[in-house]
This record gives sequence, structure tokens and C-alpha cells, in this order.
Amino acid sequence: MSDKTFICRCEDLTIDEIEQAIDEGYTTLEELKCRLRLGMGPCQGRGCLSLARRVLCEKTDKSTNEILVPTSRPPEVPVSLGTLASDEK
Amino acid sequence: MNKIEPKADVVIIGGGVNGCSLAYQLAKKGKKVVLVEKSYLCSGATGRCGAGIRQQWSTKENAELAIKSVKIFEGLEKELGQDIGLRQGGYLIAVHDKKDMMQAQKNVKMQKSLGLDVSVLTPDEIVKIVPILDIKGMKAIGATFCPTDGHVDPFKTTHAYAKAAQKNGAKLYKFTSVTDIKTNNKRILSVITDKGEIKTNILINAAGAWSKKIAEIVGVKLPNKPFRKEILVTERVKPIFKAMVISFKDGIYFSQQDEGQILGGIPIPNEKSGYLTVPTFDFLYHMSKTLTRYAPNLKHVNVIRQWTGYYDVTPDARPIIGEIDKIKGFIQCNGFSGHGFMLSPMVTKLLTDYIVEGKSPDILESLNLRRFKGKKIVKEVSVVG
Repeated sequence: MSDKTFICRCEDLTIDEIEQAIDEGYTTLEELKCRLRLGMGPCQGRGCLSLARRVLCEKTDKSTNEILVPTSRPPEVPVSLGTLASDEK
Repeated sequence: MNKIEPKADVVIIGGGVNGCSLAYQLAKKGKKVVLVEKSYLCSGATGRCGAGIRQQWSTKENAELAIKSVKIFEGLEKELGQDIGLRQGGYLIAVHDKKDMMQAQKNVKMQKSLGLDVSVLTPDEIVKIVPILDIKGMKAIGATFCPTDGHVDPFKTTHAYAKAAQKNGAKLYKFTSVTDIKTNNKRILSVITDKGEIKTNILINAAGAWSKKIAEIVGVKLPNKPFRKEILVTERVKPIFKAMVISFKDGIYFSQQDEGQILGGIPIPNEKSGYLTVPTFDFLYHMSKTLTRYAPNLKHVNVIRQWTGYYDVTPDARPIIGEIDKIKGFIQCNGFSGHGFMLSPMVTKLLTDYIVEGKSPDILESLNLRRFKGKKIVKEVSVVG
């Protein structure tokens, strides 16, 4: 694994950037999200959050169930403004 | 055993932008500061807000606070030595009818008297600034525009304040909750947290929507009410417009962020006060309906996320700032009613000057809790979201 290995593909975040943020004191997934936009792209964290959680576990010496996953936000999949605004049933 | 600093000149409850700004300023002036936050920094309203900074207000006090706050934001990157994500693309406020226009002209006149660069726009001028707007769809007869309004990044700003505070000796404890407050003879004595007791004579309540609960511990009743507010954000699209577009009549606000996503909010009909966090479909529908009426071309853009946060709302939509008459050393910095981020630079400066030098100018007096006692209050009407 190189330091250019991507963890969050939507927001272009490498493992190196995530480890650096953890070293700066951002030690929860919510904080990494605020700091780096981790998981804030179109996939909504489907790919990256579990990977980032593993990095957090290794760096902070915690088990996976000690690290909370950020609240998942609706909509489940991207939906266009036009569809949401439609009155058709 | 105490896992926390046992003594401080000032204890701040709340790690949002106001708490962290206070921690920085007070520590810089030599005060020994401890800040406690029950979750992570920016976990409340600061990290959930629309990130706008606006100087166009209906009350002179708010306009003055906002104008001075923008001046501070403009110099903050240099002062803190960190990026705060400031960009000034202006605020365009839609005007829908003659009555609206009279209020707008009155506001602009007052704002100009304070030295603000603000003007009334014709429909043609509106689409020159924000080309995707449909004048007919949004039912506008004009607008007001201030080019120095804009955006600041709430995460970057709060973290920059927090780092600068720590550099100046302040101690910040996240994931630390206040469980009790001790007073003696109507004076603050100490704060009890789940990590131990901190002795202090000055306690600042900057806990946002939870400020009311903090004040209740010492028997102070705040008139603040929490209201759930919602925001949606779309996928990234190429840069289309720079201004924040808002309407007091429709309650809508929206803008395009640096990264390209379009972000905005609107109140849902009949929203009641309470600690509610579930996002609603009502909001998605209402927001999409109104947004595509204002800018029909956006109908193909995908919404990727919606979330909620609280407005800590006071009866006059102005914050409660300053010391409580009943309890010496108990200082409020809450009730921002949806404008806490944009007003934070000036409000926290006023409080710092009060705590360090005892200064109490008229503007600070006008924001004290005692204004609600019997006197007639002047309500801020320029509110969205």
C-alpha cells in the first residue's frame, strides 16, 4: 500500500491525508468528515467510511465497534431536483 | 481523579464557532481558558449551517454587528495564519411586491448610512448577477444586493480558532459534558463535568440549542426555543453563480459552494419547536419545488444529501449576549436564531472586551437578557431558513 492509495474516491482523499488528519487530533469519523470532506461525495461514504474506520482503528488502537459511523443522510441514492419537485404520483 | 484542568479564569461551554472564537480571544489576552464540548468541535449548529455571511439586516444593531463581523472575517486568515475559506460573492435578496420594496428601500437606506455598499437592483440587473434565475418563476420585481456579503467555511474557521486558542494556552476538551454548576451567594463557583470539576468565577454559556438546558441548572430561564432546520446539497456542477440568493417571503436561501455543489434551505410549513433531528420529505419537496421555480435549469441536478440542525430562536430573533443580573459571572452567548456563525466575530469581541476590560457599550447592553423584561422589543424581520 503506497501513501497515494485512495480511501475516498469521490473527494480524492489518500490514506496519507487521512493519517495526517488523525495525527492532528481528528480522531472520529465525524471529525474526519468535517476536516477532509471524507464521505461527502455522490457515493455518500459507501466505499470510504469502512476503509477510513480501519485506518482509525489501527492508528488509535481501537476496535471497529468502538468507532461510530456518521449518521447516514437521505436520500438513499441521488435524486434530481426535478423528480423531487414533481407532483406526479 | 480529575482528568481535566482543575481551575480556570474562564470556562466556556460549547465548541462551536462562538465558543472557539471566545477561547482564542480570551487566551490571547492572558486569561486561563478551559472549553468543554459534549461532542466534537462544530458538531452543533456551526457545522450544520448554511455558511453565509450577510450584512443586509432590518435592525440597525444587527446590521452594525454584521458589518463589523465581515471586517473581522476579512482579516481573520492573516490573524490566525490559517485558511478560513472566505469568498465574497454577495447576497442577492429578492423583492416580490410593493410592500416588500418599501421595506427593502428602508433597509438599504439604513445600511448605507452605516457605510455599506448595497443597492436596489432591477430584474435585468438580477439576471446579470445570477444568470440562472427565472424572474417570472421567482416572482421578483427587484432585489437588493451587497457585493461584500458572502461565505466563510464554518469547519475551517472553527478549527482555526481552536488551534490558535490552544497555541495561546487554552485547554479544549471535546466529548466532555457538563453535569452540574455550583454557585454560592449568586456567584459562579465551579463547573462539574463527567471528567471532573473546574473551579472558575466566569462561565460562558455558548451551547447553542442546549444553552437553555445549561441555564436551567442554575435556575435561569432563557426564552430560547430550538427549531429544527434543514438543508440539502446537490452533486458538484461547474461554476454557475457566485451570489447567495435569498427571499424573506419564501424563506429560501441557496448558493453554489466552492467545490461546485448547490446548497440551500427553506422552512417547512408549520414546523414546531423541539429537539427533533429526523430529516423530512416535506422539506425535500418544498425546497425542490421552490428552487426549481427560482432556477428551472437546476431540475436535472441531483440532490445527494439532506441534514438537520437547530436554530436557537429568541422572541426578537436577536442573540442573548452578556452577564446575567441574577448570577455574577454567568455569561450568555446564545440565542442566535440562525445567525450565530455570521455574527460571531463581533459578538465574541464585545464579550472579550467586557470580560477582560469591563467595557459595556450600548450595543452589548441592547443584547442582554434583561431586554425581555416588560419592555417592547424590536423584532428582526430579515430572517430566512
